[in-house]
Amino acid sequence: MKFVDEFRSPGVIARATDEIRRLADTQIHYRFMEVCGGHTHAIYRFGLKDLLPSNIELVHGPGCPVCVLPMGRIDDGLSMAQDANVVFTAFGDMMRVPGTSGSPLEHKARGMDVRIVYSPSDALRLAQKNPDRHVMFFAIGFETTAPSTALTLMRARAEGVRNFSVFCNHVTIIPAIRAILDSPDMRINAFIGPGHVSTVIGCRPYEWIARNEGKPIVVSGFEPVDVLQSVVMLLQQLSRGEAKVENQYKRVVPWEGNRAALKAMAEVFELRPYFEWRGMGFISQSALRIRDSYAQWDAEQRFHVPGVRVTDPKAAQCGEVLKGVLKPAQCKLFGKECTPERPVGALMVSSEGACAAYFNYEHRKVSALTSIGAPV
Amino acid sequence: MASVLPKIRFRDPQIEMAHGAGGKASRRLVEGLFAPLLLGSSIEPLSDAAHLEVNGTRIAITADSFVVKPLRFPGGSIGELAINGTVNDLAVSGARAQALVVTYVLESGLSTQILEAEVRAMAKAAAAAGVVVVGGDTKVVENGKADGMYITTAGVGAPMPAINLTSASVRPGDKVLLSGPIGDHGIAILLARGDLELEADLCSDTRSVLPLVEALAEVAAPGIRWMRDPTRGGVATSLNELARDCGLAVILSEDAVPIRDMVRGACELLGLDPLHIANEGQFLAVVAAEYADAALEALRGTPGGHQAAVIGEIVEQPAGTVLGANGYGGTRVIDMLVGDPLPRIC
Repeated sequence: MKFVDEFRSPGVIARATDEIRRLADTQIHYRFMEVCGGHTHAIYRFGLKDLLPSNIELVHGPGCPVCVLPMGRIDDGLSMAQDANVVFTAFGDMMRVPGTSGSPLEHKARGMDVRIVYSPSDALRLAQKNPDRHVMFFAIGFETTAPSTALTLMRARAEGVRNFSVFCNHVTIIPAIRAILDSPDMRINAFIGPGHVSTVIGCRPYEWIARNEGKPIVVSGFEPVDVLQSVVMLLQQLSRGEAKVENQYKRVVPWEGNRAALKAMAEVFELRPYFEWRGMGFISQSALRIRDSYAQWDAEQRFHVPGVRVTDPKAAQCGEVLKGVLKPAQCKLFGKECTPERPVGALMVSSEGACAAYFNYEHRKVSALTSIGAPV
Repeated sequence: MASVLPKIRFRDPQIEMAHGAGGKASRRLVEGLFAPLLLGSSIEPLSDAAHLEVNGTRIAITADSFVVKPLRFPGGSIGELAINGTVNDLAVSGARAQALVVTYVLESGLSTQILEAEVRAMAKAAAAAGVVVVGGDTKVVENGKADGMYITTAGVGAPMPAINLTSASVRPGDKVLLSGPIGDHGIAILLARGDLELEADLCSDTRSVLPLVEALAEVAAPGIRWMRDPTRGGVATSLNELARDCGLAVILSEDAVPIRDMVRGACELLGLDPLHIANEGQFLAVVAAEYADAALEALRGTPGGHQAAVIGEIVEQPAGTVLGANGYGGTRVIDMLVGDPLPRIC
């Protein structure tokens, strides 16, 4: 299959891993953070850890939009949909994320009108087809998904759709990376930069990471060859004592980003002064709200929002895992109280969540191989 | 007779779609609630059909319900599924379907034309599978319920000679065979629902697998240990059940699994794993190594079996686990389906 098979070619992968072994200094323990949950998923899905020398550790970052959403926001969204006239719509990822009184899917089983959509424009279309209902879209995601929410709101206004609103939970990636770097227990050598976010924001917003923090960052694609080539590029920079922003994912990411998408975002959204991130607390200017000129389609202005703040279950260590301080299996609940089937924390829900990826693809492998005395 | 209190382990507070998706939640419901109360304590690992003795004659018996939406989809329809599904459940238990009974739950307001088309589809599928429909029942529910129609079929079959299937007979070194490309049914239904604005020239694989099972039995009957049709939950879920039931591991060669490019493409786009996607016309078989070549040749020589493949092997460790090995040296654990990634598909 084109655009897939060439990036999974055993020959190219073997060359990349040879190069990694040649470049990696055996005296150094490298810690590379993959910011994006898509990379976390790919690393486990393709078994890439098996291909890296043991002194290269991949640390999972905060780039999973479902995972960073605090439970209170889920409760807020579901509370608006208690009104029998409201249709609650969201991406499939959101459906199993637990709120205080259950996930959207559990609310659906109890009779709430909850529907999965594949894009915000599907939710808008649903509103147009059902003029006597109110359709609310629970918007999540980084800059990857924010433009499509913006364009949908612009269309809703242009077409005068009044029975549609967006509960905006869009967040931005740069403040999250800054929070990680400011964290005192942070020991990261370099970053594998997010691929999809960068298709929108481009590579320039990362320049301060290289310039001010002295950390190399390579914006990477999601196939095995992409991730391994990015590791090669990071090792090359480190071995030369350099720190710069490089773009491995040139086939998709333009250096300057997508101007049309950024323009749509600027038209519809403005920065919130601060926003709560799960496990990381309040981060200033880290999320988007809908501008007053679109207030009519802003669920937070149309509905009463309880503004629930819920602390995560004490034993769950989602925050430490999100910041890369703990590995998923080091959390006390991992694989016991918290599994993909019955998640306690959101990291166990989304396929991009570090805990779900680790549980699905790695955890039993490690314990099984350990049990037969194989090197892990 | 001393009564032993059955142990109910099912603790989920309510039924959700995932309990019908064929994955972990379904298994929890069946093993935690249905089996202890209905089957008593002496149950073998649950399979697609039960074999039992009635007045000295061995028979196989099974039942299956069909709630697919939409009723018609490229390559098939609910009526055809209802026949083939039950014929296949019997076939992979090592039995030839002999007779079926049919129950219809019809929605008031359903057009006769649609119903007639489905009954005709059933008659055609039954004739093709060599099975007779001998009775049934009809119920009608209010408008707005039952999505047009639900169909349940139950069937009895005659066990094939010399076949004795049990996961307990599976041994390290045995080969895992697959009858053909996976994921066609689940993806065809997903696209037919039209929510995704994806189009592909893809048909459901619904068919009777009996001819393929018979071809396999002819050359390898004593060497066949286990068979299963990987419907809801897909190949990954069936193989996990196998690994768990036999206490061994399955090493799957991911590159050896036949998958059409259209199915791979749709799965890549939607973030689904083809190994979790439902099939309605394929089956998995574990065959002793010395029979594997003959078994594969027999499958490939049977119409509809030319893409059959050996996709994996049974090994001792890591017990109870399915490991996927890719072509470039990486491995991953392949788990059962969790949750319900797809709408109602069968």
